[in-house]
Amino acid sequence: MAYSDKVLEHYEHPRNVGSFEKSDAQVGTGMVGAPACGDVMKLQIRVGRDGLIEDARFKTYGCGSAIASSSLVTEWVKGKTLDEALTIRNTQIAEELALPPVKIHCSILAEDAVKAAVADYKHKHGMMREAAEEAEG
Amino acid sequence: MNRGMDSGSHPAPKTGFFPLSPEMEFGKDYFALFGLAPRFRIDEAALERAFRALQAEVHPDRYAHRPQTEQRLSMQWATRVNEAYRTLRAPLARARYLLGLRGIDIDHPAAAAVSADFLAEQMEWREALAEARGESDLAALDALRERLDGEARTLTGELARALDEAEDWNAAADAARRLMFIEKLEHDVGEAAAVLES
Repeated sequence: MAYSDKVLEHYEHPRNVGSFEKSDAQVGTGMVGAPACGDVMKLQIRVGRDGLIEDARFKTYGCGSAIASSSLVTEWVKGKTLDEALTIRNTQIAEELALPPVKIHCSILAEDAVKAAVADYKHKHGMMREAAEEAEG
Repeated sequence: MNRGMDSGSHPAPKTGFFPLSPEMEFGKDYFALFGLAPRFRIDEAALERAFRALQAEVHPDRYAHRPQTEQRLSMQWATRVNEAYRTLRAPLARARYLLGLRGIDIDHPAAAAVSADFLAEQMEWREALAEARGESDLAALDALRERLDGEARTLTGELARALDEAEDWNAAADAARRLMFIEKLEHDVGEAAAVLES
């Protein structure tokens, strides 16, 4: 499989590899995977007080395209609101990285990871609001 | 049971395959082809026997001196019989096929995701594999392989219960997708071990 220069670049110098503390209230964690190829992707966002995603981390076990796709989206989500992050489409990722058709599923995985991370953050905060209201009430 | 599937209505041909109406027989599902009930738990010995018998019957060598139409049919049948056997012999492929008969495609891109907890565990195992590989630790790879074997057995049991007893296709599809992860990981662990052993 011939990788594009952009995939190789992200593969050799992945951005934002690592983890945030999962239980941190500011952090949203998305876990996704592809059964067919065994790829597993964890993507985390850290949201600032202003509601903007201030930082992101990822950890991906999978092929070069999966690693490049997740590396790329961690760069893209920074500075965005949660809703803006949700507008990232796999087609944009595939286009940016010049992914061949057989690797499109890697970009879908990255899009799903962002969605899952945002959902986790929102879920956490929904729950926390309820808990706070309960404590006050 | 299983009235929806038009299988088993034609008796399995014993000899003289190709002058018989092949189009009709070709539509049989893989279980019916080998005279087995469409269940996850199968009699492996019966599958083996039925496969050998059918394979001998349709073998292209038998038709080498027959008209071209029959030669071609024998080729198509031999391919189909092999594919059917491979599918039914492997638990995951068998589960995938059974679910396919129920109209469920476990490989569909929009299929429900497996749980985050399962994926987190996958990630831990992937980390353990990377570590063992990095440190050329064969013992760690063996330990990992053992855990994966245990996990695969558990999932195979889950599949049997979901498919044969509960008839819960969604639960079965979920277990099958988890088994896909486990088998891929087992394959990668095996590859890493082979590199270390060589």
